[in-house]
This record gives sequence, structure tokens and C-alpha cells, in this order.
Amino acid sequence: MSLLQPKILKPMSTSEAIAYAVKQANVDVIAAYPITPQTIIVERLSEYVNNGELDAEYVAVESEHSAMSACVAASLTGARVFTSTASQGLALMHEVLYVASSLRCPVVMAIANRALSAPINIHCDHSDVMGSRDAGWVHIFVENAQQAYDRIFQAFRLAEDDDILLPVGVNLDGFFLSHAVEGVATISDSEAALFLPPRKAKYYIDSSMPMTFGAFALPDWYFEIKYQVAEAIERVPKKLAEVEEAYYKMTGRMYGPVGAYRTEDAEVCLICAGSAAATAKFAVERMRGKGIKVGLLSIRLFRPFPVESILPHVKDAKALVVMDRAMSPGAPSAPLGQDVKTMLYDAGLNIPVANFVYGLGGRDISASEFESIINSVIEDLRAGKPIERRVRYWGVKA
Amino acid sequence: MAKVEKIILPGGIIDRPGSSIEYKTGTWRVKKPVVDLDRCIGCLLCWIYCPEPAITQRSDGKIEFDYDYCKGCGICSVECPVKAIKMVEE
Repeated sequence: MSLLQPKILKPMSTSEAIAYAVKQANVDVIAAYPITPQTIIVERLSEYVNNGELDAEYVAVESEHSAMSACVAASLTGARVFTSTASQGLALMHEVLYVASSLRCPVVMAIANRALSAPINIHCDHSDVMGSRDAGWVHIFVENAQQAYDRIFQAFRLAEDDDILLPVGVNLDGFFLSHAVEGVATISDSEAALFLPPRKAKYYIDSSMPMTFGAFALPDWYFEIKYQVAEAIERVPKKLAEVEEAYYKMTGRMYGPVGAYRTEDAEVCLICAGSAAATAKFAVERMRGKGIKVGLLSIRLFRPFPVESILPHVKDAKALVVMDRAMSPGAPSAPLGQDVKTMLYDAGLNIPVANFVYGLGGRDISASEFESIINSVIEDLRAGKPIERRVRYWGVKA
Repeated sequence: MAKVEKIILPGGIIDRPGSSIEYKTGTWRVKKPVVDLDRCIGCLLCWIYCPEPAITQRSDGKIEFDYDYCKGCGICSVECPVKAIKMVEE
């Protein structure tokens, strides 16, 4: 097993790592439309299909709306299906995202998170996925190429489980991750086949046993069919833990629903998602070196929001800093801030939350900036000043 | 929920073909069509227009309604050339 083998890292961009994992996952159908910064993922996959390395149907569609529609149809035949998009592309497939989850299609989609127009911009933020967060999809954020590679296998196994049957979005920060080359430890094709055998769908389109998929539902049953999605997504944390355990046994790698760093006695805990977690980790490490009690919690499983996994890490903090790479204009908090505050309220905790929107349109955030943010919160705590509870916009030129 | 899942398959899949016949859409009706058989000339214009179709022809050539599926749209009543169909309260 690979645990006993010397670790050989292959240099790959996160996009290439994802495409390679999808190939090893032996998908049956890929329907995708290229959009920056996801292009490399589908470009590599089309090459794999073209040169015979991957025996799959590659459907070159005319839009993302068609891409997701084709994915839904293919998934209903019992096929293993992959697609990838970003930004405007995700927005264009918006209505079909709901069809995929409610028809219980275990499609896996890599989303190279990118800002939404206008102004037109090709760089990273989380506005795209945050606008789709109520569509009934499972959403995972990755922090590096290795996580992206590993999560693809886990995503398929989770999605296709009969207890789940939900589409899964694997979110990677556009450019920061999609175009960054790192060393990636891969599994062999035989290990991949062992971890992820061909999909065995219980119900699928087959003319020899006719069934109706996507029937009209009136007020008497629509609600119940939607409720099934809410019920199924609640089963994800337990199932993902099982999937991760199996993957860990094979590779020695496990990520969990959250990535916690130095949260044990943290007075201030910073919460974020995506590639910024690595930068924040560096800032936390530096501050810990100065004796400042700070911690980091990276949200890896975003939907369902892993409340049970987050609470133990934050319940004793004096304040939380929630960093959102998306905004929700007019809302009481930005998206991640809303989730964290709801979680705290439900747990009967009145821990102040400093909610910052940062890095829109690919604006970088440095470790020093994270330090400044955390320090400002610590200063307010020390001075006995109330923490500003309204959402703030970090680094905006005003 | 377990109970509901026994009734509805995941995603509302229907695994018995033709089972929509069990769904009696006649319950949607507010007014029902009633035919005056003395006036009916059996032209079947209503039969052509009925979107369900919930109108059938009797052995004597005149028509009758299938109230299990008639939604009460009233098209038959409008189209009848001899005004033999009236829409009446349920």
C-alpha cells in the first residue's frame, strides 16, 4: 500500500490534479463548457478522452446551462458524471443546480471560484458558490492541490452513496489554487478503482424497466420531495467521516469537515474557507510565537454546515473573526458570518463575531493583514470595548 | 421521514409506469359540465377540444363526461355549436 511506499510528489497545478483524479475516478460522462479559471480542468479531460487514456463520453456543450442539463440526464442513466465551472458559468447553470439535487443526481463539479460581473473580473472570490449555496448541493472547500486531488475521489464516493445521492461541489480558489503548481501525492489506478468501484445506481433510466424521472409534483407532494434533500444532506457529515476513514487507510491523508489549528486555548479564533486558510495559518503561527492566543478554523465542508465539528473549537473563545470572500449586500452579515452567528445563537452562545468581507475580485490578503485584523479585535477585547458586530469591508479604498 | 421515503422514492422517481391514472385530477374542478342530451347532436366537437381527454362517446352517439379527470375548464361548453353543455356549480 502507498503508506509503505516512499512519497513521490508529482508537480501539478490544482486544475491538473483535479483532472487527473477525475480520470482515475473513471468517469463515464463529462459535459462541460470552458470558463476561466476552470479551463485547464476540462481541457486536460478532453485530452484524456481524445488520446484514449479515459474511456468517457465528453459532451462539448454550448453553455453551462446545457452542461448541467446534460450532466443531470447522464447521471439519471446511472453514469458517473463530472463537470466543472466558475463564476458566470455557475450562475448560468443556477436553475439546473436545483434539478440536479432534487432529482438526486450524484454529479461531482469542480468550481474554480471566481468573482461575478460587473465589473467583469476573472479572479478569485466566493461570490459564485455563495449565490448557489441554497441549491441543495454538498459543498467542499479545498486549501491546496493535494486536498483537491483527494477530495475528488471522496466526493464521488460520498455523492453516489445510496443514503446521500446528492451532487457535490469541490470548490477551489480560482488562480490562487487553480493555476498554482504544487507537489501532489497520487494514488495508483488500482487503488483508485478499489476505493471507487463503478457506480451502482439503484434507480436509473432503462427502457427495459420504464420509470418516470422528474415528474410534475403539485402542492400535495412537492414539499416532501424537497424535504428529502434536506434530510439527505444532514446525513453527509457521518457518511463523509466514513469515506474519509477509508481514504485515510489507503493514503494516510484525512482532512475532516474543518481544519483546526491552535484552537485549543484560543481567545480569538479566525474562521475562513479556501486558500486563505494557509495564509491565515501562517499568521496564527507567527502570533502564537509572540504568545498571543489565537487559533484558526478552516471551513472545509461548507454545506452541510458542520456545526457539531465547529462548536468544540470556538465555544470558549472570547471573540471570533469570520472572513468572507463574498458579500451579501443588505444582509445582517456576509454568508459565512450568517452561518457562524446562527450556529452560535442555536448553541446559546453570545460570542461576538467580527465579520469581514475581504479579497473580492482576487485582491490578495497577506499574513500581516490577518495579524492586523486579529490584533484590532484583541485590542478591543483588552480595552473592554464592544466588538463591532456589523459586517466590515477589509482593505476597501474608501 | 422514513415513512415518507417508503411512499416517495428519492427525487420523486415513479417506478410504476402508467400510475398517473390513479391521480384523479377531477378534484381540481370548481364547476362541472353537464350535457343536455336532448340538444346534443353527437358532433364530437367537444371531444376534439377536450384537453384531458375526459369526454367519451356513448353507444347512441351522444357524449358523456369522465368526472374523475374532467378539470372543469369549460372549453366544451364554449365550443358546443348547439349550446348543449352547461357549466354548473359542484
